[in-house]
Amino acid sequence: MVIYGVALLAFCMLTGIFLGDILGQLIGVQANVGGVGIAMLLLIILSNLTHHKFSIGSATENGVHFWSAMYIPIVVAMAAKQDVLAAVSSGWMAIIAGVAAVAVSFAMIPLLDRIHIGEDDVD
Amino acid sequence: MLIDTMEAVLVKNGLITAFVFVGILVWISYEISARLTRGHIHGSAIAIALGLVLAYIGGSMTGGSQGLADFSVLAGVGIMGGAMFRDFAIVATAFGAELEALRKAGVVGAVSVIIGVVLSFVVGAIVAVAFGYTDPVAISTIGAGAATYIVGPVTGTALGADSGVIALSVAAGLTKSVLVMIGTPFVAPKIGLNSPHAALIYGGLMGTTSGVAGGLAATDPKLVPYGAMTATFYTGVGCLLAPSVLFLAVRALY
Repeated sequence: MVIYGVALLAFCMLTGIFLGDILGQLIGVQANVGGVGIAMLLLIILSNLTHHKFSIGSATENGVHFWSAMYIPIVVAMAAKQDVLAAVSSGWMAIIAGVAAVAVSFAMIPLLDRIHIGEDDVD
Repeated sequence: MLIDTMEAVLVKNGLITAFVFVGILVWISYEISARLTRGHIHGSAIAIALGLVLAYIGGSMTGGSQGLADFSVLAGVGIMGGAMFRDFAIVATAFGAELEALRKAGVVGAVSVIIGVVLSFVVGAIVAVAFGYTDPVAISTIGAGAATYIVGPVTGTALGADSGVIALSVAAGLTKSVLVMIGTPFVAPKIGLNSPHAALIYGGLMGTTSGVAGGLAATDPKLVPYGAMTATFYTGVGCLLAPSVLFLAVRALY
């Protein structure tokens, strides 16, 4: 049943966001700490578990795949509701701060990508 | 009468209207990608860029802060592109992600979140100083805004910054997320963003969930779950570090 997949996905998201909120309160910040990340881990673990016990039906999988496929259109809608005007018209300092942060972060990726901590391969 | 009735129907069924609108927008984008760029620029990258341009136009016409969603007919775009559906779809992309790749890159992914927050904060703070700010609260708030547009106001509020500075920090964060969305597909080949390992680091360094979501969608949708996973920890870590350790460091220097 398609609804099983959608319900599983929704359950993972709510649980993850709940745990993220609790984690945020425990460390004393007014933000959700990793809620979506926890939800993703939960979905990966639960979908792997059910593979062993009873195979997850293809209709159930479709309930998750549909939302996964809706990801790009949702991101397009997200882009269309950003406050681009505020970002562009706020003056040079904010724009330079944002651009510089992105440029430096991009430059760090190749450096960190060379680090493979906790992997067994020896070269 | 026809126009009034149609408008009423579109407003009343806002989310459904958004599905039609985004569907047409994506279709036009893929046509542009295939015909004008011969597939060199990915259709989703064009769709996201078009969305941002329309958001700019919407903002200038309505004076609101929700881009196109401030037109009552397109209010549904705000729901479809809001945090609820965005996070739901991001979680769905994790279905089928490799647990092994996550486990292998777990440590470096966590390290990249902390490096990413500190790096963006320092860069933003340096820019603030270069523009003549000397108050540690203002410098820290702008630095926090260079992390994400949520970390900025949270830090500014915690430190008691004035609302003008908080608005600037939000603008810095918005600039970052817009640039990450547009820029990622172009720089991806140069920085080796082509594996789950690199995507985990990318998410951790960039941190803006919307920027990472849009940037990876336009680069390689298979990498989305890995980048999104680390990015979701970034804002929390930023809200933890910026008003505390990082602010104290700025105050020690000034």
